[in-house]
Amino acid sequence: MSAADTTTTQVPPPRRHSSPPGHRTGRPRAARRRRFTLGRAATPWLLLAPCILVLVLVLGYPLVKLGTLSFQDYKKPQLWGFKPATWVGFDNYQAILKDHEFWSVVVRTVLFAGSAVILTMVIGMLVALLLQRVSGWVRTLVNIALVASWAMPVVVAVTVFKWMFDSDYGVVNWTLSQLPGVDYTGHNWFASGPEGLSVIMLQVVWGAIPFVVITLSAGLTQVPKELEEAARLDGADAFGVFRYVTFPIIKPLVVMMTTLSVIWDMGVFAQVWLMRGGHPEPEFQLLTTYSYEKAFGVNDYATGSAIALLTVLLLLGVVAVYMRQMLKIGEVE
Amino acid sequence: MSALTSRPTAAGRLDAVNRKRRNAKLGWNLLGLLVFVLAAFPVYWMMNTAFKPAKDAIDPKPHFFPWPVSLENFHRALNISDFWGPVERSLIVSASTVVIGAFIGLLAALAISRFAFRGRKVVIVGILTVQMVPLVAMIIPVFLLLNQIHQIDKLSGLVLTYLTFVLPFTVWTLRGFIVNIPKELEEAAMVDGCSRTGAFIRVVFPLLAPGLVATSIYGFIQAWNEFLYALLVMSQDHQTATVWLGTFTTQHGTEYAPMMAGSTMMGIPVVILFLLVQRKMAAGLTAGAVKG
Repeated sequence: MSAADTTTTQVPPPRRHSSPPGHRTGRPRAARRRRFTLGRAATPWLLLAPCILVLVLVLGYPLVKLGTLSFQDYKKPQLWGFKPATWVGFDNYQAILKDHEFWSVVVRTVLFAGSAVILTMVIGMLVALLLQRVSGWVRTLVNIALVASWAMPVVVAVTVFKWMFDSDYGVVNWTLSQLPGVDYTGHNWFASGPEGLSVIMLQVVWGAIPFVVITLSAGLTQVPKELEEAARLDGADAFGVFRYVTFPIIKPLVVMMTTLSVIWDMGVFAQVWLMRGGHPEPEFQLLTTYSYEKAFGVNDYATGSAIALLTVLLLLGVVAVYMRQMLKIGEVE
Repeated sequence: MSALTSRPTAAGRLDAVNRKRRNAKLGWNLLGLLVFVLAAFPVYWMMNTAFKPAKDAIDPKPHFFPWPVSLENFHRALNISDFWGPVERSLIVSASTVVIGAFIGLLAALAISRFAFRGRKVVIVGILTVQMVPLVAMIIPVFLLLNQIHQIDKLSGLVLTYLTFVLPFTVWTLRGFIVNIPKELEEAAMVDGCSRTGAFIRVVFPLLAPGLVATSIYGFIQAWNEFLYALLVMSQDHQTATVWLGTFTTQHGTEYAPMMAGSTMMGIPVVILFLLVQRKMAAGLTAGAVKG
């Protein structure tokens, strides 16, 4: 492709939304194109330079380092510079993949993230649809509550959940005990892994729903009312209208939100770390905390890196879907 | 039902339809209120615990209203350990991150939204990909890097790492705001004799300012809320506000009432800031998403 080709195809065409349509008329495109090819080729790169520099230094370099570390022997002596790091090939990976604990952590992480994503998306979708049907004042109330819970710092939210689920003074145990025949007085939610992780998942889902609801609500307002009405007149029931009219229109948004949720929920760290007071028990370990513990708990940075890299590999497929979606959006512009 | 009553008048049928619709609306509203209660409960419970006398807070039978209102827990939270030190450090780190991020990000956003150049697409894909890198996975090499350049336990080191998540997001959102500003305005200014830079400063920048402020506030919140890197990079004596709150329990047993007071002090300003910019941000972030 010649330089001229690139230029003409990549001039972003004007956007069609979010600004009054009046701005968009007139002005032959050729004139605009000429103006932009006139700019010196170096200018955009100069503008980009600081951004790229920072990202390469603090993200690019560590990313490469993560890869090389995982093939080395890197422990405390290497960290302090007493010994050079030695290459060990696939030894770290072999050790990890043979480890039963690693596999149970993988299964736990996938189950945890999978359930959290499904819960977030389903509840988020239902709430977004519900918000279309309620009166204005209810919608305002719910929106305020959602934005407030969205904005809560994770550390604060986790602290509050820990307090609500406290075994002696927690409001959850008290409330459950009010139900006939139920006694949760003094119940310890973190005695078992699955139950404790469910509480953590509840916090994650509570914190993730607002973003989904608010984004999907915005998407739903762009669904033409006439289309839904037409479907209804043709005899479609509420579910049919959603399935065949509403959903296809907001599908790109749903795909984007789902992939983002997968990435975020696979990366849950602070919640587990904080709820377990900095020392998650074996049955609470997720891939993130497991890698962290290997690196900073027992100073085996190489093994920690290999686990982190395997986590990223696990995520690659999901990221690919997200990228495709974002690129499609990028092309529209 | 008998045959006699099964033939309602037209008016009666309309009434029934209206009543049905009203009942449905009532049902939806009740459901909506339930969602409101569930979503708001943790925030309410935090403040409820924070504002009541300490002995009410740990009564096994919960008090649902903070009455009498008391600031006891706040005093206790401030006295247990240094609160303002961590807050000051968090403010310095977040503000520096945002100022640097907004400046560098604005330049980059201009480049990818207002210039056509070879490799533009690669840059866009790069920025989007970078946004997807889970930072938790990067913590080990980032720690080693900071160790190498002697930035462990330094606020500047923390700022550097925070740029990795604030920058890509700032560039992407600002790009969204910039492409929404019609190029014709810039061109008109240039026809009237402005230089390209002059046109940007006099025409684009004022229009971009609200978006820039919103993006900066959002970035500020992100940096303020960050926990993992702050935990790892800073020593106990130089911890930031999130780590201060997170390690509150381990040092002094579980004193939940002062903890909730601390949580309120940390969380509520963020919530208010967020309420101010949320609408603007949502517009910038999801611009074009549905049309794709």
